[in-house]
Amino acid sequence: MSGLVEKSSFGGLRKPLLMPAWVMIGFFLIIPVLTMLVYSFLTKEFRGGVIWEFSLAAYDQFFFDRGLFGDEPPKIEWTYINIFWRSIVQAFVATIICLVIGFPTAYFIATRSANTRNIWLFLITVPYWVNLLIRTVSMKFLIRDSGPLNHWLMQAGFIDSPIHLINTNFAVQLGLFYSYLPFMVLPIYASVERYNFSLSEASADLYAGRWTTLRRIVLPAVKPGIIAGCILVFVPSLGAFLAPDLLGGAKNFMIGTLIEEQFKGASGNWPFGAAASMLLLSLVLVVLLFYARSQSKQALHH
Amino acid sequence: MKEKALDQIKRYPGFFPMAVLCLFLLYTPLIIVMIYSFNDSPSITRWGGFSLRWYEDVFFGLEATKLRKAAWNSVTIATMAAICATVIATAAAVGMVRSAAWRGKTASFAILSLPIMVPEIVTAVATLIFFSTIGFKAGYATILIAHIVFCIPFAYLPIAARLEGIDSNYEQAALDLYASRWQAFKRVLLPLLAPGIISGFLLAFIISLDDFIITNFVKGAGIETLPTAIFGAIRQGIKPNIMAISTLMLLVSILFVTVSYFVGRMGETKK
Repeated sequence: MSGLVEKSSFGGLRKPLLMPAWVMIGFFLIIPVLTMLVYSFLTKEFRGGVIWEFSLAAYDQFFFDRGLFGDEPPKIEWTYINIFWRSIVQAFVATIICLVIGFPTAYFIATRSANTRNIWLFLITVPYWVNLLIRTVSMKFLIRDSGPLNHWLMQAGFIDSPIHLINTNFAVQLGLFYSYLPFMVLPIYASVERYNFSLSEASADLYAGRWTTLRRIVLPAVKPGIIAGCILVFVPSLGAFLAPDLLGGAKNFMIGTLIEEQFKGASGNWPFGAAASMLLLSLVLVVLLFYARSQSKQALHH
Repeated sequence: MKEKALDQIKRYPGFFPMAVLCLFLLYTPLIIVMIYSFNDSPSITRWGGFSLRWYEDVFFGLEATKLRKAAWNSVTIATMAAICATVIATAAAVGMVRSAAWRGKTASFAILSLPIMVPEIVTAVATLIFFSTIGFKAGYATILIAHIVFCIPFAYLPIAARLEGIDSNYEQAALDLYASRWQAFKRVLLPLLAPGIISGFLLAFIISLDDFIITNFVKGAGIETLPTAIFGAIRQGIKPNIMAISTLMLLVSILFVTVSYFVGRMGETKK
């Protein structure tokens, strides 16, 4: 009898089995996010905190500039929009760097023999397990003006004065790339591994060149892996805190630092921080919905 | 002959150097920090010979008590969070994978993966606001709860992946032979699932140990974990003892990933 209902040996216990996870995530993540949404519509309290009074001030501050005393006609406030825009650009560039280095790497690994493949995968995943803070600090240590990188380059005679890398946009991109590279390699690897290489062979038999085959045959076939990798790098990069904070300095501020500052000590602004977080979350949800739609389209095609 | 031709078609010039570059970029900063942690000179730039003085400083120096306390907090929180998350995730995985399709399945999966989807900083802000609204005092308990929540999906994924690979006939057979569901789970499914559970636990442990941003928001004053202590210390510049701690943490991570790797392979070869 029980054999008839395949794969449902614990079906009757579904609810009690899932309940602890639902409760933990529901109570300590979903309700908090809803609370945060409420907070973003409250009035700021000066010692850090809120007054329970409805207000649109947080969003207003984000988008409009009403002058020092708040009585001038509203103009668009670019400061925060620019920070968001910068974060999007930084995350995008980091994603591209990851893709350019991650794709050939993933492809290379997937075409090795099973044993070599495992060693390579192991080597790629090890850094992911190393504390992100430590990785970021290591990067900072390496590329400082008086750090080992500049020291060697000067000793070797390539440069006369240190290259100034730290506190630049590039340093942030490098940090983000370094933080999330394995997220790009692993899904692409998984797609390439499933790819049927007789397609490449057929393409070669029909006189397509190597690179044409790559562009016209391989890339479309492994596209789902590439998209997944890009999402997995882009989304955490967008809200990253450590890389921009440690490598970017005060001028290369991203969303993460903007939000963090609103909750630091008495100078903070909780409703504004909540509003900025809501906007970041919405941005991420848009990206994820876009992804989900492309996935279901893909599923429809196959 | 044909094999060789296919091999030619598969290969792309330049991909191998790219892969090497990838490894080079990933490992250089870590190796440099490791080397410099043995530097005798108090200046972090100049090389002054090999020494273990910074390790001595970590264990017995001025900040040793503070660091030991932070390390203790980190390890105990990570252990408890990983255990709770693994138990919750194992139950959830059995509930999800071993049940026929039902209406809320996609939604349920979305809930389970939510802690990965929501950006960390948003989770941090939301948790801080929530605990402060309900008047829960920030400290050890708030860190632990937050860690359990975001560890759940990391524990869930390897466990569910493993469970999907286990034929349900095994536990069906046990049930047909009048084992109770609990017995079927404990005596049949659990041993088969063990590699997945261990991977899930280790991943959750590392993720908890790794966390900085959420901990930093919900910890309140007077309690530190290793990452928040290190972050506080590097505000005044990278000192050599930071590199010694980093090297130690790096070795712990590598130990963990190696164990997890071999546990995973053990499970595979048994099949």
